[in-house]
Amino acid sequence: MDSTISEKATRTPLRSTVIDGLKIVVVGGFGVGKTTLVRSVSEIRPLNTEETMTQAGLGIDHSDTAGKTTTTVAFDFGRISLNEQMVLYLFGAPGQERFWFLWDRLFAGTLGAVVLVDTHRVEDSWYSIDRLEHHGTPFIVARNNFPGSVHDLTELREALTLSENVPLIDCDARERESSKQVLLTLVNHLYALSSARETTS
Amino acid sequence: MRRRAVDNEDPDRLYTLTGGRSQANESELDLVTLIVSQADPIPGMQSEYAKILRICRSPTALVELASELGLPVSVVKILLSDLLSGGQVSARHPSSARASAQLPDAAFLKKVLVGLHNL
Ligand SMILES: Nc1nc2c(ncn2[C@@H]2O[C@H](COP(=O)(O)OP(=O)(O)O)[C@@H](O)[C@H]2O)c(=O)[nH]1
Ligand SMILES: [Mg+2]
Repeated sequence: MDSTISEKATRTPLRSTVIDGLKIVVVGGFGVGKTTLVRSVSEIRPLNTEETMTQAGLGIDHSDTAGKTTTTVAFDFGRISLNEQMVLYLFGAPGQERFWFLWDRLFAGTLGAVVLVDTHRVEDSWYSIDRLEHHGTPFIVARNNFPGSVHDLTELREALTLSENVPLIDCDARERESSKQVLLTLVNHLYALSSARETTS
Repeated sequence: MRRRAVDNEDPDRLYTLTGGRSQANESELDLVTLIVSQADPIPGMQSEYAKILRICRSPTALVELASELGLPVSVVKILLSDLLSGGQVSARHPSSARASAQLPDAAFLKKVLVGLHNL
């Protein structure tokens, strides 16, 4: 497939007035619907790119290049122009343990995160949640409604040992309106946190 | 469906592209830093530089540029540090990079909410 040509044809430039890039990360296990969610709200077809890290002693996906160990991680992203000046980038990132050393670096400065959960594989999200809490990155959890979801939201909150302060919602990542609600829920949560901080300080 | 540009890329070519450097002064460049051309490509210029200058006639986030060029983010950072120091491009840094706290103020988040509502 000649992706170079198709991307050129579909590339939508940003407005010349845009000055501020914002980031939200969508994390979750393989097949949970990250790319689907990004696609349903993005103004561009999700793009894919790679980050390579040169690091010693990591036994993952590495190839030896010029005497150094290079690790390559692919991630996809989409974008939403918020207004004349702000553009929001959404990153879909696999939540597996072995990738977090990269996310720490890639996603510094992110507004917050969405943890997408498939209730058939709740355990896939434990590590991401743990890590986000540890990092102090604000997040919400969204249950992607695959057919025959096995927990209700109360049970899911327990299964994830999720604090009452963390919003937990349902979504269908294939639906634009539903994915938009996921983002609004996150930013409303951030807004509440920020407002609370401003009144106490 | 996925482009595996780097896997197919000859490591020697990447090495040549970046002049053998493995690190840019990259603390300054974020994935969402917006790059804007300040000059036109000149004949004989290395093709990646020329491509960057063409693409960035409209502001383009580093991550989109990497995707468009089919190069790893880290390599694009190195190429950009050359163009930045030569003044051929400028960078619009994200406000998050200037903020000391991770959480932006409520007025800023309100703008994000309005933008999302308008989706
Ligand atoms: N039934 C259902 N299927 C979904 C939903 N979201 C994603 N899928 C499907 O699940 C599969 C994996 O989704 P994808 O977005 O590629 O997952 P990723 O690995 O997290 O990026 C795809 O075939 C999607 O069409 C959903 O909300 N409901
Ligand atoms: Mg995906």
